[in-house]
Amino acid sequence: MDSKKPNRRGFLKGGAAIVGVAAGAAESARGQAPAIAAYSKKELIGYGERSHFVTALREPAPGRPSPDAFGLVFHVATPLQDQTGFITPSSLHYTATHRGAFVPDIDPKEHRLVIHGMVDRPVVFTMDDLKRFPSVTRFHFIECAGNSARATHKTVQQSHGLTSTAAWTGVPLSTLLKEAGVQSGGIWIVAEGAEEVKGASSIPMTKAMDDCLVCYGMNGEPVRPQQGFPLRLMVPGYEGIFQVKYLRRIKVVDRYYWTYNDYGHRKTDPKEVALGNQIGPKSVITFPSGGQKLSSPGMYEISGLAWSGAGAIRGVEVSTDGGTTWKAAALKGTAYKMAHTQFGYEWNWDGKECELMSRCTDEWGTVQPTLAQIAKYWNEPLTKEVRVRGNNNAVQPWKIASDGSVTNGLA
Amino acid sequence: MASHKLLFPVLILGVSAWAEGPTYKIGRAPTAEEIKAQDISINPVTGKELPPGHGTAAEGAKLFVSKACAACHGANGYGGRAPTLIVPRGYPTKTGKGPERIPNIMPGMEMGIESPGLMAVHAPYAPVLWDFISRGMPLNKEGSLTPDEVYSITAFLLWKGEVIKEDEVMDQNTLPKVKMPHLDLATEPAIWKKGPRLANYP
Repeated sequence: MDSKKPNRRGFLKGGAAIVGVAAGAAESARGQAPAIAAYSKKELIGYGERSHFVTALREPAPGRPSPDAFGLVFHVATPLQDQTGFITPSSLHYTATHRGAFVPDIDPKEHRLVIHGMVDRPVVFTMDDLKRFPSVTRFHFIECAGNSARATHKTVQQSHGLTSTAAWTGVPLSTLLKEAGVQSGGIWIVAEGAEEVKGASSIPMTKAMDDCLVCYGMNGEPVRPQQGFPLRLMVPGYEGIFQVKYLRRIKVVDRYYWTYNDYGHRKTDPKEVALGNQIGPKSVITFPSGGQKLSSPGMYEISGLAWSGAGAIRGVEVSTDGGTTWKAAALKGTAYKMAHTQFGYEWNWDGKECELMSRCTDEWGTVQPTLAQIAKYWNEPLTKEVRVRGNNNAVQPWKIASDGSVTNGLA
Repeated sequence: MASHKLLFPVLILGVSAWAEGPTYKIGRAPTAEEIKAQDISINPVTGKELPPGHGTAAEGAKLFVSKACAACHGANGYGGRAPTLIVPRGYPTKTGKGPERIPNIMPGMEMGIESPGLMAVHAPYAPVLWDFISRGMPLNKEGSLTPDEVYSITAFLLWKGEVIKEDEVMDQNTLPKVKMPHLDLATEPAIWKKGPRLANYP
């Protein structure tokens, strides 16, 4: 099978040979036909690949390497600068793991989900069982609690790449909990994965009953292995660690359980605790962003993504003068609840140095804060590295130099 | 006849309870054994799911080496490639270079250190440690430790962390009674309500 794998060098050579033939034959006004790419049967018929001209890749998030000294993958960031629209392709969806992890190889035929604890009827579901329930498909972002921009970050992939949006398909958790019959006093659940560490999180019953999904589908196909194949819990708007992968067990309990993931995110200040778990309103300009370059003065559409853990995005504003004035950006399509929403702003660059920013407002009227506002709230001096408590949803500045190059405004 | 009249409302109540039964009737009831085999979540305060068994720091000290804990966490629970578990009094708590830094720790592996001379890891309740070791350790052999071994390793860490005495036996009754030094640092999240995270936050 390996010998049939397309070899890039051979592929290019083959392409060049065909170009030669085509150039000789194509003299019509319709112009020269492009070379015909030599794709494998798997690509042409079975499972398509993107063009070899498209090179966007995920990369380990700055900090701890992936794979690390143990071979564990920790945090891997999405190339948001290369993304079109608000959906991240499954292959480029960011991934993060509790302590660094290997990807478990789970046979969906063997996989089970158990619901037990403070319920009237403990129940165990096969994957086939779960697919018999009425399903829903919703767009939701997932964002890692560690998705925090720093002055040292060069690109939007480094500063904001630990978030992605996909179309998630599954059964409302409330449907399954009602099948089991939650007893009074069952005010928390512990959701647990089947991977090596049996990663688990405590989730309030109010959230579990409101909008959580038990997902077997992602972007039109089964959930990817790094995203929890065959079954993943979706806790919309919550930090990524709550979206329990390889979901095998839900236990209804009467208190916060300080289980595996809870313990790792332990905080002291009640305000800081409140700012954790749910993601605040957040946006970022993905074009132009760090590492990119504007070729010349003239018209550009500034574009980016906005999202909130509390609901839908109501509006996005863009500043092209470092936050002195703000103008409304256009939202692209429907702003879904707890999903990335794309925005655009038509801008005529005059070729001078400037600073671009975006800020969003969610359906509750909560406005994304600047780092200065956050520092003021905590009574701290505004420095390059203000410690942002909870999820960091601060406004991200990008500096445009007179030569068109774009750098991190935090630097 | 009078007794029939009394029965009637009772029957109605019974029917309404049934009406809260399952809508779809999909799935099957697991056996008690099936649930027990999977239920590794330990109530942090009562420890009610803790299994029978016991362990001591002396046993734990041996297991810390034989189960390869020391290979990653360091011979004394610090200075290894894996997160720091114990920091001796007077020892630094930050990573990096320089005399005030813990040597030989990978970035990120200082996580959990609160203060030297006390339990480095910050479990608010002792059963939390048990749960963590039981489900997540050792690397690549997770879930392989027996309850006795988990009690012993837990006892070893609690003793090294100056939380219990060396000869205290840890079991399903004694472990939940251990008072952890960092309980006051652990704030539990509030019950979730739809809306913004925190009032008056910018």
